[in-house]
Amino acid sequence: MPEIPGANGPDGQVAITREEVAHLADLARIDLSDAELDHLAPQLAVIVESVASISGVAGDDVPATSHPLPVTNVFREDVVVPGLTAAQALAAAPASEQQRFSVPRILGDEQ
Amino acid sequence: MSAGQDWTTRTAAELADALAAGEVTSVELTQAHLDRIAAVDGSAIEGVHAFLHVDAEGALAAARASDERRAAGSPATFLDGVPIAVKDVLTTEGMPTTCGSRILEGWVPPYDATVVARLRAAGLPILGKTNMDEFAMGSSTEHSAYGPTRNPWDLERVPGGSGGGSAAAVAAYEAPLALGTDTGGSIRQPGAVTGTVGVKPTYGGVSRYGLVAMANSLDQVGPVTRTVLDAALLHELVGGHDPRDSTSVDQPLPDLVGAARKGATGDLSGLRVGVVTELQGEGYQAGVQARFTESLDLLVAAGAEVVEVSCPQFVHALAAYYVLMPSEASSNLAKFDAMRYGLRVLPEGVPDPSAEEVMRATRDAGFGDEVKRRIILGTYALSSGYYDAYYGQAQKVRTLISRDFEAAFAQVDVLVSPTSPTTAFRLGEKLDDPLAMYLNDLATIPANLAGVPGISVPAGLAEEDGLPVGFQVLAPALADDRLYRVGAALEAALHARWGGPLTPPELPAGLDRREGASA
Repeated sequence: MPEIPGANGPDGQVAITREEVAHLADLARIDLSDAELDHLAPQLAVIVESVASISGVAGDDVPATSHPLPVTNVFREDVVVPGLTAAQALAAAPASEQQRFSVPRILGDEQ
Repeated sequence: MSAGQDWTTRTAAELADALAAGEVTSVELTQAHLDRIAAVDGSAIEGVHAFLHVDAEGALAAARASDERRAAGSPATFLDGVPIAVKDVLTTEGMPTTCGSRILEGWVPPYDATVVARLRAAGLPILGKTNMDEFAMGSSTEHSAYGPTRNPWDLERVPGGSGGGSAAAVAAYEAPLALGTDTGGSIRQPGAVTGTVGVKPTYGGVSRYGLVAMANSLDQVGPVTRTVLDAALLHELVGGHDPRDSTSVDQPLPDLVGAARKGATGDLSGLRVGVVTELQGEGYQAGVQARFTESLDLLVAAGAEVVEVSCPQFVHALAAYYVLMPSEASSNLAKFDAMRYGLRVLPEGVPDPSAEEVMRATRDAGFGDEVKRRIILGTYALSSGYYDAYYGQAQKVRTLISRDFEAAFAQVDVLVSPTSPTTAFRLGEKLDDPLAMYLNDLATIPANLAGVPGISVPAGLAEEDGLPVGFQVLAPALADDRLYRVGAALEAALHARWGGPLTPPELPAGLDRREGASA
């Protein structure tokens, strides 16, 4: 889990700052412009402040629910079923080459 | 009224009967609905704008095949030949699927969602794909990248969301049936504000294979119709176990159509109905509350016993939801990385950009404001140091809400509330006020958190604005049949009072139909 330096928790006074929103957008790989940050940061602060109301509602004795109707160990018969062909899988690719997805370079200059 | 308009105002069950009796062909029915779409749907600029894509050719081909099956004496199902609209979040082979997002503009999926495959196998011509808030995030359909859908009751108002397109298409007689998805109310709340029936089945009751996920532990596919019986027919058609969805419930559906028919006789004697204390009063519009109370009286008249039940943890449902849902959504939407499908945007002024730079530029250009808000919110709630305080705490609150449901269902058979606190609001009114927008789902969210099923049934028009009000019924998990019994009984009593179903005003026709017009 990524660290968020300087962020305030539900017990803190400031819900979430513009700098924190910028950092979160960076973690989420979204290039927000300054104008977008100006617009979204105060809205997010209001939302975070509002949802912080759940802190302290449930004690340590309450188990967490991740799924409303939990199911475990779901298996299917081990039989081969047809999948997508290479042409189908690549049909919507922004770029492809030699039956493969073609992507921009993945290493930086220093790597 | 022309013959075409006449067919479009019938229910799906009536259309199926007419097909069986040889009074009409599927091609005629399908063409009548395509004509209606051409006349009233318009574009991002004017009209209902319920559809993002209309597949006239494909629908008519399916209709011809249906007519041939029927002529040979072997219709595939009762609904064979009755056309349907599908929310644009369900994959359709050979037909665009955008989820209302620029990032998927022009994407044509290589496979069908299980529910879509079941529609095709059952012989229902698919008219097209309906508009929605981007990735189903919203309560007004204004967050669609392709422009809003308008409420057929008043074109200056929202049709609810996220499935406003499916609800508006059915309300405007552009389709007799539609599929929607409900993560926090996206089937039921649009149903309430457009005067249509919407059902969120039990979690796992309908396959989600091929549903572009927003929040996996909350999402559910369900029917959007004009009558309770039609919803039961569609629910039975698409529901049931799917080995391709590991969360799908591996047991038979209860008899939903039978429950709807039984309910329509109007006898609810022995039924215990609980009014949820926390889902009424402050924040609920007076006209909504009045129609709700009136419907309660009708249930009593039908023989039901009505008591008030308190679910004290429901007051925390909205906050818990707005931690859990963005957390799951932020993880889900990480797959839109500009590499394998969807939009790829190259950053301006960057020579030889890296994959990561392309990803950042694409996600900024391809996602709208609400999607960005929720991704950032989810990233925050899942961050080190905040995970326990937000995500962990919200999961515990979820347990408390499920316990409230368990305690309530020990006392009563169904719970009821208004579906939405208000009638349809004006376009633009809450667009840039996320918290005000989120409050629309106050009464629908608890069911998603606990995985229980819910239905919204039209309960009449609010006195102050003449707009539709929805009555919500909630049942225990896997007891979806109770929704149909109670819903059909209420519908029968209300129709008897009104002298028929609710009918929206005449819509302007002869609009210029265009797809993909910018917002």
